[in-house]
Amino acid sequence: MRRESGLKALLWAISMGVCALLVWIVADLVSRGTGPISLEFLMAAPRDAGRAGGIGSLLVSTFWIVAVATGVALPIGFFSAVLLAEDTHSRMSRAVRSCLDMLNAVPSIVFGLFGNALFCVALGMGYSILSGGLTLSCMILPILIRTMEQSLRAVPKEQRFAASALGLSDVTTLFRVLLPPASPGMAVGLILGVGRALSETAALIFTAGYVTRFPDNLLDSGRSLSVHIFDLAMNVPGADERAYASALVLVVILFVINSCVRLAARHFQARLAT
Amino acid sequence: MRTSLAIAPRTRQDRALGVVLRSSALLAASLIFLVLLFVVFEARGALATPGFGAFFTDPSWHPVDDGTGSEYGVLPMLAATLATTFGALLIATPLGIGAGVFNALVAPAPFALLHRSLVEILAGIPSVVYGLWGLVVLVPWIGGVSHSGQGLLAASIVLSLMLLPTITLSTEAALLAVPKEQLQAAAALGLGPIARARLVAVPAARRGIVAGLVLATGRAVGETMAVLMVAGNVVAWPRGLRDPLRTLTGNIALEMGYATESHRSALFVVGLVLMLCVALLVILAGLFGSGENHSVSASGSAGR
Repeated sequence: MRRESGLKALLWAISMGVCALLVWIVADLVSRGTGPISLEFLMAAPRDAGRAGGIGSLLVSTFWIVAVATGVALPIGFFSAVLLAEDTHSRMSRAVRSCLDMLNAVPSIVFGLFGNALFCVALGMGYSILSGGLTLSCMILPILIRTMEQSLRAVPKEQRFAASALGLSDVTTLFRVLLPPASPGMAVGLILGVGRALSETAALIFTAGYVTRFPDNLLDSGRSLSVHIFDLAMNVPGADERAYASALVLVVILFVINSCVRLAARHFQARLAT
Repeated sequence: MRTSLAIAPRTRQDRALGVVLRSSALLAASLIFLVLLFVVFEARGALATPGFGAFFTDPSWHPVDDGTGSEYGVLPMLAATLATTFGALLIATPLGIGAGVFNALVAPAPFALLHRSLVEILAGIPSVVYGLWGLVVLVPWIGGVSHSGQGLLAASIVLSLMLLPTITLSTEAALLAVPKEQLQAAAALGLGPIARARLVAVPAARRGIVAGLVLATGRAVGETMAVLMVAGNVVAWPRGLRDPLRTLTGNIALEMGYATESHRSALFVVGLVLMLCVALLVILAGLFGSGENHSVSASGSAGR
């Protein structure tokens, strides 16, 4: 019994330690990061390599990179997920699923190499928001497809049988019977993909590039917020405070997005229960 | 079991839908081959001269010829990748499994909920933010007055922070999937929560826990930014805890910006080596997973 209580105390200590660690990191982020944050910081472009000015142009670039990534990945992901969910055990679905598992295991820096070779060089897009967004769309596709497939599969079999018995066409069944109950789950998948795209740095350095100006169009190079944090911390002496402020903004955006996921999931479950 | 959709088309629209579904899925599936193809294609120059073998026999990494010839050895960087991965797992595995067990079986319900949300927040922090924290807070602390502080220890600690949520959440999920009846039976036999965890739940959830560890290992091998920011990035065999080193991923991130011709091609070979490592891990996981399937028997694993 002494051993029992000793182990229990150890587990309490471990989890308290983990909590303390999180509080430490977040407190550090807030205490060092809030200083430079102001309306001007959020609106202006960086000056003096980021030591002055703001992050406005980076927020715009980041938005467009994520928009391209999700805009391209969403339709492909949606239709792939429908196939995998409806044709679950066919040879094709199993092959597609293992290909996607492999894609999911590819390190992000390798996506950066791939994106640089295909989009920047072979397709001639250069360092641009479009190259970066397309690279990220390949990267978020597996997670997007997996969550969408799960939410489609969660629709009860009886509904499919009923639709089939009514003689509904596949198109009607998909959009009128399966999609409405599955859509909240799909939204969760989409938001997870957005979160992953927002956090990514390594795949963007050599695809979207470093330029800090406000982008004019999608073929302009645009630095994402995450790349900016990296650059300030590593290459710009005396910009730690600004790096922290940018990191705080990024973490707050991600936190809001994650809270949306959790709220949506809870809403979804509540609706299923009634 | 097949369901109706896209299998027995009734109208022309249905047939069109079937085509759209299949071509989307084929496109998604072909991406992995496209990635492989492009990495190999861009690496072809360096694979021809000096050849793949040179990357493992050359003593060091000097890809730019400055009159004395180029060297393409990746072994020190491979060792650095393995060392940081191992170090991070060494820290994160006991903490992560401990926190997962605590959350699933020991903690009072409201506290477990709070703890889980905290771990989820930890999981949502981008790697570049961990790197920043490591660089500004951890590195000076490790370095003291005499060292820079960048190196194996700093990289392992920062990396372990990123693995911790993965291991905790997968351990917890695996434990929660253990049938309630088994735990109730154990409780009826008079076992306390710790004994239930140790003798019943953890052995039953072993596969899920191991799967989480493999996932974490893959993330550690592939992680770039956090390690790059605190490892010091000197190409060297890992020696002391505070000596700087450079990982495979970090090497690509550092040099891709200015690399041209044979140097650029050599970096794609490094990417290929990285992919081989990850593929090996996936295969190992598959072997281990299926092997365990046969060897686990309820009495055998619970006995110790």
